[in-house]
Amino acid sequence: MPYWLQFLVQLSFSYVSTVAFAIIINVPRRALNFAGWAGAIGWIVYWVLTYDLDVGRMMGNLLGAFAIGICGMIFSRIKKMPVIIFNIPGLVPLVPGATAYQAVRALVLGQIDKASKLTVRVAMVAGAIAVGFMLAQLLAEQTYRHPVGGKYKA
Amino acid sequence: MHNELLEVCLLAGRIMIEGGSEMYRVDDTMRRIAVNGGAQDALVFTTPTGIFIGLGNESKTLLSPIDKRSIDMEKVAQVNQLSRSFAAHELGLHELHEALHHLDQNTPFFPFWLQVLAAGVCSTMLMVVFAQAYDWFDMPLAAVVGALGFIAYAKISPLTRVRFISELGGAFVVGVTAWAGVKLGVGRNLDNVIIGAVMPLVPGVAITNSIRDMLAGHLLSGIARGMEALLSAAAIGVGIALIFRFF
Repeated sequence: MPYWLQFLVQLSFSYVSTVAFAIIINVPRRALNFAGWAGAIGWIVYWVLTYDLDVGRMMGNLLGAFAIGICGMIFSRIKKMPVIIFNIPGLVPLVPGATAYQAVRALVLGQIDKASKLTVRVAMVAGAIAVGFMLAQLLAEQTYRHPVGGKYKA
Repeated sequence: MHNELLEVCLLAGRIMIEGGSEMYRVDDTMRRIAVNGGAQDALVFTTPTGIFIGLGNESKTLLSPIDKRSIDMEKVAQVNQLSRSFAAHELGLHELHEALHHLDQNTPFFPFWLQVLAAGVCSTMLMVVFAQAYDWFDMPLAAVVGALGFIAYAKISPLTRVRFISELGGAFVVGVTAWAGVKLGVGRNLDNVIIGAVMPLVPGVAITNSIRDMLAGHLLSGIARGMEALLSAAAIGVGIALIFRFF
């Protein structure tokens, strides 16, 4: 399959799956489109970095989450809605849910080595995503301050 | 008057936590409502299982336990919207209370068939994205299995207060139908089908949120939500492993 077609499949499928997940977690109707774009952009960043540029899974996840964080920040200002409305569905292609399930399955089937390897991976991917978000938030706080909220922000 | 203010703050906080908001946002919203309602300073303590609020200059504290937690972005968005209107003096304290109460009682939902359809679409698309194999043959099976798993999860949920059981049931249905589909020849790669089909159920977002809470300094919330995510992952893993163990 030619590269541009693969790229297109990855982009469109991650967009549609993010919108579908957003419907499951009851994201308001007018935010669905932007949430889908946050997911597609985050996944494409991860996909290009990990499969083409070979930067490693953790770095790919970190930068993917960073991209989602930036998108969420921009979209939330356009739509005047909380950032997580875009971030949480946007994360779905990246989060280690499938890995967590594989880890438990390996554990139940008695494959302890595989289970511990996968568990460590879940923790590290989740950590990488969280750090990517923190960096995006740091950037957001440098460029923009709430009139009331700045004082109280955790 | 202050009594109602505290109640409104607590109600807003409880709805947001039930909708799966980050903790710093809950704190922030509750403080804003208190300050906009005329309080000097508000002391807020939030955990995923209960929240407390007190006003700095009065010896009065209210608390509210939180029994159910899920992810429902509509609730978070609406509380945020109401809090903004309150800050802009478009809503009075009493109207805010009414509106929050109304939101708490009847949150708008997407129709059930649309959610089931979304679960199917989500499963099949994510299967292709994750597998990196571009094998279109498994797509219909993954969609059907994902939708059935979601229906099972949604139908068992009202029957029990233990979330573990509904997740176990959903995952078990995913496992059985995927296995049957592959046996009947409508699917090829059992592993890929299952990984796609459990995506509407798995707690990936919960795991990531718990680590974010912890990094933001909300240690209690991080641990409580992480524990909840761990139990979900265990339920789903066990539900599906039953198939691999016995067939």
